[in-house]
Amino acid sequence: MIMDIIVCALLLCSLFFLTGGSVGILRFPDFYSRLHPAGKLDTLGSLLALIAFALFNLHHFSLMALLTSLKILLIFVFVSIASPTATHGIVDAGVRAGLAPWTKGQKRR
Amino acid sequence: MDNIFLYSGLYLAFLMVLPLVRIVIGPTVLDRMIGVNAIGSKTVVLLILIGFLYHRVDMFVDIALAYAMLNFIAVLAASRYFQKRKGLYDEATYM
Repeated sequence: MIMDIIVCALLLCSLFFLTGGSVGILRFPDFYSRLHPAGKLDTLGSLLALIAFALFNLHHFSLMALLTSLKILLIFVFVSIASPTATHGIVDAGVRAGLAPWTKGQKRR
Repeated sequence: MDNIFLYSGLYLAFLMVLPLVRIVIGPTVLDRMIGVNAIGSKTVVLLILIGFLYHRVDMFVDIALAYAMLNFIAVLAASRYFQKRKGLYDEATYM
């Protein structure tokens, strides 16, 4: 019972961050600032949801369930390595292509 | 608990529409790539939710792991490819 409440709270926090990231990708003024909500969505939204799923999976404890939970945590470890790398790759592509950052007073792109 | 997972999955599927709008209207290729990356990282969460709904998490977790790797490699390869194309962003740099 107490585990269900923890899982629900973590899932709701994850949905909050996913909503903020999606709206931020839509609303921010230029390409470099749009990477900030994208990074939040990648790391924090996925982190809380995957921890909630790994906890919920351990309800009926067995060796198989433990293995599945470890795999879910492995997805989180992989995402937390891969997401900053992908973000850095996209920023690098934008800088090398000569994309100028947005400054105050310019039109929103 | 199944109902909570079902409605979370439906809400997550609705949230995928917002980066899709950015993919359609994004002024540069890199904006579209951010949208694709966001949709892919939401799909990983949605796949595990579908696994809980079907009571087959042990199968769906492997699919989600493979999908996370595929998403990462696709974004990295696309950003390495597009940085060599100078002048691709002329439409964006004139404001």
